[in-house]
Amino acid sequence: MTADDVWAALDEIPDPEIPVISVVDLGVVKGVEVEGAQVRIDFTPTFMGCPALDTMRRAMEEKVEELGGEAHVRVLLDDSWSTDHITPAGREKLRAAGFAPPAPRPAGKLELVQLQRGFRCPYCGSTDTRLDNIFGPTPCRSIRYCEGCRQPFEQFKTI
Amino acid sequence: MSERTDRLLSIADDELVLGWRNSEWTGIAPFLEEDVAFSSIAQNEIGHARALYELAAAELGTTADELAFDRRPDEYRCAPLVQLRRLEWARTIARHWLYETADEIRLAALKESDDPELAGIAAKMDREEAYHRMHAEMWVDRLLSSDDGRARLNEAVDELWPYALGVLNDELRPELGRRAEARLGRELPDVEPVPRGVHEAELGELWEEMTMVRRSAPAGAQW
Repeated sequence: MTADDVWAALDEIPDPEIPVISVVDLGVVKGVEVEGAQVRIDFTPTFMGCPALDTMRRAMEEKVEELGGEAHVRVLLDDSWSTDHITPAGREKLRAAGFAPPAPRPAGKLELVQLQRGFRCPYCGSTDTRLDNIFGPTPCRSIRYCEGCRQPFEQFKTI
Repeated sequence: MSERTDRLLSIADDELVLGWRNSEWTGIAPFLEEDVAFSSIAQNEIGHARALYELAAAELGTTADELAFDRRPDEYRCAPLVQLRRLEWARTIARHWLYETADEIRLAALKESDDPELAGIAAKMDREEAYHRMHAEMWVDRLLSSDDGRARLNEAVDELWPYALGVLNDELRPELGRRAEARLGRELPDVEPVPRGVHEAELGELWEEMTMVRRSAPAGAQW
């Protein structure tokens, strides 16, 4: 079992709340170290109150067990993750599933006006969209509305 | 108890109790978007509380759940501002805005801390708190845009101002005054803060409700 084997196995774990994207696509797996059958995984939550945290942790332990190893998952509560760490493939998967991917983080302070810009609708491609609610069904999502196809859609918050 | 643990518990208790208060709007906010917003903010705050309790628990040799639910009401260190039960919209918005403004000042100081663990967790929390602040500021704009809204907000802020000052220590308090006065465009009353350590009767009521399930099941029950 190599670190690459572990990364490939972890890439099969879907985000419990947005199953089109894997935990590796999300960028929340910060490191994998393999020593014999012992596997250390460094992992950081997206949002700290995300109820999917424990589910993801258990799924990682099970995947490593399937490879014949024993996982030690360390949860990092530091500032090492932002939505800029979602991979390009992950962003594309989000868009294809009807979630607008997060906007890149601005260099300075994030302001409401930046979220009110016309982000592209994942359904019809129109940029005639507006922010309806900065909060949505899970902590990581906002609700937008497309004037082009007259449909609400969700956007991954930039954090 | 170390100064560090005391600080962690103060912030964790603020976030837990305010999260609980925010969740009281779930299902009954004036409109659906606010129902979603206050529920989501509650979830974030309680997530922050959990992470902070875990750090404190590691030092105290206990668990986050024990810290959150097994202490007596008078052992909580939360600021009286978050203890108040104010199911009235102008007061809810005033409290939300005052707390988030104070919290931003406190987090900025923690991010500069020499303790890398504290600085890291503060920076991570702050990414989420930015959304709480945007939400609060949007409401302040909205209330300030009409005479009726302005009058209601001002009345609520005056009532809560001694409590808001109590969220911060002596060193950080003046910054809250500067920011709040600049935003409201007026002077705020010179009052004595209602400090941390004071326990309002409403905290006891909240505690009864919050710990009911925990107290009704034997310790260590598996769900």
